Amino acid sequence: MMSRVRRTTELGLIILGALIVVAAYTLASLGSDAVIPANLLPFLGIVLGLLLFAHLATRRLAPFADGLLLPLAALLNGIGYVMIARLAGERGVSGDLPGLQATWTALGIAAYVGTLLFVPRVRDLQRYRYSIGVVGIVLLLLPLFPIIGRNIFGARIWISIGPVNLQPGEFAKIALAIFFAGYLVEKRDLLRVATWRIGPLWLPEPKHLGPVVVAWGFSLVVMVFERDLGSSLLFFALFVVLIWIATERISYLIISLVLFTGGAVAAWSTFGHVKTRVNIWRNPWDSYLGEGRQLTESSFALADGGLTGTGLGLGTPERIDVVESDFIFAAIGEELGLLGGTAVILCYLLFAGSGLRIAVRAEGAFEKLLAVGLTTLMAVQAFVIIGGIIRIVPLTGITLPFVSYGGSSLLSNYVLLALLVRTSHEAETRTVQSTAHAVPAA
Amino acid sequence: MNRHIRRLGVGIMVLYLALFVQLNRIQIFQAEELQDEPINTRAIQRDFGQERGSISTSDGVVVARSVEVDHPVYDHQREYPEGELYAEVTGFFSLSFGFEGVERQYNDELAGRTVEQEFGSYRDWFIDRPTTADLTLSLRSDVQRVAREALGDRKGSVVALDPRTGAVLAMWSWPSYDPAVLASFDDAAVREARAALLADEDDPLKSRTYRETEFPGSTFKVVTAAAALDHTAVRLDSPLYPDSAGYQPPLTELSIANFGGSSCGGPLRELLRVSCNTGFAHMAAETVGPVQMVESAEAFGFNDRPPIDLPAAAASTFPTEYGESLQSVTSYYERTGRPNTPEVISPGVDVFEDTPAVARAGIGQGDVRASPLQMVLVAAAVANEGLVPAPYVVAEIRNRDAERIYEASATTWRQAMSPASAGDLREAMVEVVESGTARSMAIDGFEVGGKTGTAQLGRDVEETNAWVIGFAGPPGETPTVAVAVSVEADPAVGQQTGGRTAGPIAQAVLAQALKPPPPPPVGDIGE
Repeated sequence: MMSRVRRTTELGLIILGALIVVAAYTLASLGSDAVIPANLLPFLGIVLGLLLFAHLATRRLAPFADGLLLPLAALLNGIGYVMIARLAGERGVSGDLPGLQATWTALGIAAYVGTLLFVPRVRDLQRYRYSIGVVGIVLLLLPLFPIIGRNIFGARIWISIGPVNLQPGEFAKIALAIFFAGYLVEKRDLLRVATWRIGPLWLPEPKHLGPVVVAWGFSLVVMVFERDLGSSLLFFALFVVLIWIATERISYLIISLVLFTGGAVAAWSTFGHVKTRVNIWRNPWDSYLGEGRQLTESSFALADGGLTGTGLGLGTPERIDVVESDFIFAAIGEELGLLGGTAVILCYLLFAGSGLRIAVRAEGAFEKLLAVGLTTLMAVQAFVIIGGIIRIVPLTGITLPFVSYGGSSLLSNYVLLALLVRTSHEAETRTVQSTAHAVPAA
Repeated sequence: MNRHIRRLGVGIMVLYLALFVQLNRIQIFQAEELQDEPINTRAIQRDFGQERGSISTSDGVVVARSVEVDHPVYDHQREYPEGELYAEVTGFFSLSFGFEGVERQYNDELAGRTVEQEFGSYRDWFIDRPTTADLTLSLRSDVQRVAREALGDRKGSVVALDPRTGAVLAMWSWPSYDPAVLASFDDAAVREARAALLADEDDPLKSRTYRETEFPGSTFKVVTAAAALDHTAVRLDSPLYPDSAGYQPPLTELSIANFGGSSCGGPLRELLRVSCNTGFAHMAAETVGPVQMVESAEAFGFNDRPPIDLPAAAASTFPTEYGESLQSVTSYYERTGRPNTPEVISPGVDVFEDTPAVARAGIGQGDVRASPLQMVLVAAAVANEGLVPAPYVVAEIRNRDAERIYEASATTWRQAMSPASAGDLREAMVEVVESGTARSMAIDGFEVGGKTGTAQLGRDVEETNAWVIGFAGPPGETPTVAVAVSVEADPAVGQQTGGRTAGPIAQAVLAQALKPPPPPPVGDIGE
């Protein structure tokens, strides 16, 4: 009963999302070429087909899961695709990006279904936490290896296998979320014991602080050797949030904050690329001809967008380098305006809300922590890149989940989505079973 | 754990609220500022080659328009049929170098990008048609042409406006340039043309009338006179300033001399008529004092940008720092035993550490700088009962359906002085034209007031800048036109006085502006 209601809501939202995406696709084509795209019907068919496939798989494999997550992901993915397709015709954007993005979307949905199939119970992941943790660390360090490692746009976060370029960090983040959740469930009682205090703060045994220091050192390694500020920040935020939730000790939050601030200041004073980023953040105008150009042009693009935007296909977002990837939010803000940008921000906020609700309703500590971790990854990643573009925080190159161009990012985020959906399904199954004899609430 | 998860939720909401707030700042509140950044070339790239509204004078002469062309990338070419004549006002429209003047200030209207134009009527929601709008300048083609002819090939500026409304009637500076050379599709040619213009030591690209400031010289005495009439007991006929060939301000041994070493003095009326340096320096330093000199200068608009609808107008400057007040003028003379003129000292004015600078500033020298636009506003305030009008160059904007979507209105920028002071000053300035230094500005049948200025540049006595400001209108009525003319020093010509050099130019411009405007040219209407 309940599952049917949820799945029907999901289906309705998916169709609504698909219609929005197809309408946007049509408008973008009208805007740039003044023609209704010839492939409109096939496009509609493919979009609906892919989403219905994901929906039916959910209906079969996780019928009780939250009905909001998949439509949100679909809408973000769709808006991103429309922007990428619209940018493809412009100067400076080469290659068949829309075709590749469509392929990656299909693969992403396959990965979503595959994850639902191969992870029937979230709890199973806990057993393999150490193996998964090792995999995560290896993935993270892969780009540093010679031959396969690639240096692109100053960051060493890519690997090349044959014709395919991958960002293993995107997958590492999920592996690390699973590992942290499993590790903390195991150690949380030890970590909770406070033995000494400084002022009002109760601190744990120094030897139990080891994991915090290791995570901190690790994120510094990523920052320094891969020059990937965004991922470094993301991993550290993930760990801090999880240890805080697991131990319910504010002291970890404060210690981590102190460590982070110390690390950040040290990095700023030691490493040129960190300093550059901070300088650009504070005075983007001064380095317009150099590295501040993307940021400056992004601000100009957003200013041109105003409240309602220039209209799809009617702006000039191609002025921003690599706008289809890290800077896609600036293109959305320009062509869809403050309204469109806010809609995207709200999608992530709703996603985070759903994710945390799943965490609250989940039964086991591992499930709770995993849901919190995955949600944090999504929320912080979107915040870091959007906040970077609009100059709240220093800009760090990282993709906008589901929206940016990029195969690794799409694949990993669909896997993340599937894990959340799986967790949700388990939590709700329990609720449904325990209230099976009562009147369903709604 | 759940309690902490909910707290995390609150934390995430706070982060996202910050995103929302900052996005609002960039896209709404700072948007205009960001679009005006000089390094922001988005608007020009978007609009270049697109259809664009025309710019015409108030009597219908087209000075800028877009014509359809057969070009692979761009559909429209910007043309300037009058060449250099309106460059000072229209500015240029160039792909590589952005835009200037009206082309910049009114880009949204010309390109059809304001909200009213895009969604002005319900039809526009459904029909895709050009939304560009045509601008009508307040300038009159006949006055503009006379300004160019009268100035000839001398370097300088002419600005004329209606003192009652602030409508600019003529705005010309020479050397000028043809905006067409910068609007070409041929990027290499445009770069070459611009490089040549920049290399020209006469600086044709400079907007002399509203972006450059120079010594206003004796034309500034009008401001000193207004300060005295407004703030002190000085009237047109009393007190009498001593007849003298040199005035020595307190605290200095250096004297201020009269033009040509002559001797002059008397009441304000007489000081203005013969442009008496010693009298005005004396008045500024000892009667008015620095505090009220600054107050009056700022009331005329000094130390602020005139609110004209052209980008980046320069602020004229009047120095505001004169050090500490030391003692009253009376006690200064008592203590030093220097000879003085007690009847011209209004009670309460103090000697400041830098009182000699007040004396120099009072005759428009020292650190005083003014743009021709500011000086025409000084004349306009005298003509307009003490009110400085807010100047404008665009009188109205019409959309594709010839409906008026904007009309300039007469607004007051500030009050320079009381109406009574303005009345006195107007009377005195009319006498300057009737029997004083500005006789070259007289026009039969009209009441003309004026003030000359001959600013010494300090490098060489023979090199001077010639100025006049003035106004004219039917006798007994509020004057209908005010003018400012500045002719730059020319080493080859040597000494040029305001009366001889600039006066006849101002006279020609005023006389033309007093005639009824010409009928619109035939054939170009209803296009």
